Amino acid sequence: MFRYIVRRLIGAAFVVLIISLVTFGLQWLAFHVGGSPAYLFLGKAPSPEQVAAFEKQWGLDQPFYIQYLTYIKGIVFGRVLGDGSPGSEQVCSAPCLGYSFQYHETVTQLIKDAFPVTLSLTIGAAIIWLVSGVSIGVLSALKKGSIADRSAMVVALAGVSLPVYFTGLILLYVFVYTLHWFPPPKYTEFTENPFLWAQNLILPWITIAFGTAALYARFTRANMLETLNEDYIRTATSKGLPRRTVIGKHALRSALTPVLTIFGMDVGLLLGGAILTEKTFSLPGLGYLTVNAIARSDFQVVLGITILAAIFIVVANLLVDVLYGVVDPRVRYE
Amino acid sequence: MTITADAKGADIVGPDPAFLDVRDLVVHFPTDDGLVRSVDGLSFSVERGRTLGIVGESGSGKSVTSQAIMGLHNGTKAKLGGEILLEGRDILSLSDSDMRKLRGQQVAMIFQDPLSSLHPFYTIGAQIVEAYRVHNDVSKAAAKSRAIDMLDRVGIPNAAKRFDDYPHQFSGGMRQRAMIAMALVCDPSLIIADEPTTALDVTVQAQILELMLDIQREFNSAIIIITHDLGVVAEIADDVVVMYGGRCVETGDVREVFYGAEMPYTWGLLRSMPRLDRERKGRLDPIPGTPPSLINLPKGCVFAPRCTFKDKVEVGALCRTERPDLELIEGGHAVRCHIPHEERHRMWVEEIRPAL
Repeated sequence: MFRYIVRRLIGAAFVVLIISLVTFGLQWLAFHVGGSPAYLFLGKAPSPEQVAAFEKQWGLDQPFYIQYLTYIKGIVFGRVLGDGSPGSEQVCSAPCLGYSFQYHETVTQLIKDAFPVTLSLTIGAAIIWLVSGVSIGVLSALKKGSIADRSAMVVALAGVSLPVYFTGLILLYVFVYTLHWFPPPKYTEFTENPFLWAQNLILPWITIAFGTAALYARFTRANMLETLNEDYIRTATSKGLPRRTVIGKHALRSALTPVLTIFGMDVGLLLGGAILTEKTFSLPGLGYLTVNAIARSDFQVVLGITILAAIFIVVANLLVDVLYGVVDPRVRYE
Repeated sequence: MTITADAKGADIVGPDPAFLDVRDLVVHFPTDDGLVRSVDGLSFSVERGRTLGIVGESGSGKSVTSQAIMGLHNGTKAKLGGEILLEGRDILSLSDSDMRKLRGQQVAMIFQDPLSSLHPFYTIGAQIVEAYRVHNDVSKAAAKSRAIDMLDRVGIPNAAKRFDDYPHQFSGGMRQRAMIAMALVCDPSLIIADEPTTALDVTVQAQILELMLDIQREFNSAIIIITHDLGVVAEIADDVVVMYGGRCVETGDVREVFYGAEMPYTWGLLRSMPRLDRERKGRLDPIPGTPPSLINLPKGCVFAPRCTFKDKVEVGALCRTERPDLELIEGGHAVRCHIPHEERHRMWVEEIRPAL
């Protein structure tokens, strides 16, 4: 088991490295084809000398592989930004993910500021979609063909089909601007005021959770129905177990194991930023940061967030696989 | 003397209920395509210490029958009729919770495929302990030692160690032994085995059958064994019910039925069985056609469309228009066929038996 995890971690590091190389290459290409970030930093119409000095200062005149190695070294050990001339130095401690010429700030710091927002969004939404999706799915399966089951599945189909920005805008329109149940959303730190934190996040949570819960409800229902037809469920009934034990212990454990897999993946994915939801509700999270960075050609930010998102997804994958081995004894890792 | 049983079959079982007495059992499933008559007027009985074999092709209603005895049709769309008397008490009229107490405790079931019938996520030991504790108010430790005893009893070596293994860590034969241990853990008086050896190697099959007979001798339990394998029935059963299209077509003492078969369907089953102890005379002789649709059963004898004898006898026309009754010929031997008893007996002795 330990060797398996170490091996998987090495593989994961390799995947992240490849992703960083590709993204870094794209950023380099954008600079050489699209235009120097000097214009972002120096403002309108800088002189060619200013541009050259800027590029020298940030090492942008170096060959590709030097730039890339410097970047990777920065992530691992940290580095000093600038060319060493007085006033240009800025210590960027590890993990140094580069520098935003738009915000005049290290990418690491920007991510540190934005991540709690995305984390808050993810945790709340994940709890809502997991609990509601799974319970609706299980109940639907147990009452298969009933009115409740059919209506739940119709709503679920809508949930799967409606895009997040649509749901989000409808919620904003109805609950904020028509019914005035909530003030216009403005992110508040949890540590500052947990109540305001939750109040401001409830609509974004529902927005994300609605579509995902719908997916989970359908998935859980299908799994549950399949499990209820298994021979070992008939065995459990034949032993004389009460129905709640048959369902709650024997059926649920099998039916929910695949749900665990997609849950891990979805959480990992969401931690990299919920672009549409954050933009819709103006939440200053990683997704919001990404959109603004792309719009302003602030590619070091895009690069940093991409690498972080890749790490989340790879780690979530690993966690899910390890957990699967705990839940299902047939899966054992050498 | 020949007694013609009425369509209900009640005359055969008599008024005094046996240990298990199934009377005129009906199991119908309403579907979108029509009513599926899986079991239609089936009667049989088993005493303690005896083994009944139920034989038939897939879809003849044998598994549906066993599930009815276990009360596994409760809560489904199945429509049940008739009576299933266990020690004189009608199982079909029991409430859900009374039925639940019966399951596993008095009636236990051994399933066909032990790998899919055991929960893959729980250890063998935990599953047996669970089966024991649901009916017996004992501590976990007591249940565990009981489970280990049972595993040991069914011939699992190192039972205490294997207690913590998962089903996938057992071999096929060992899994079926564990399944039997689980079925027996509450000392049930009736054991239903639904094709218990079908998923096993031939060498292991004999061991499992031997084990079941052993256990029967020890606990004096009644066994119903459901199978399509006549060899298994010959080896283990005292009585046999041959089912076709949801009905009993021939029943009786296993020797009488095998050595004096009178129903053309039973002949077909016997002829389609390979014999290793005789010289090969050519290809096996399968029954032509396929089992009838249980939604649109043939109008006359259910077996008539596949019966190769209906044209050779005078009553042939009757076979296509009228359902034959189950006719008692001697002892407990009863046959459902329009061909007269003497004629059938002559055919068996002169044509069928020599060709087997």
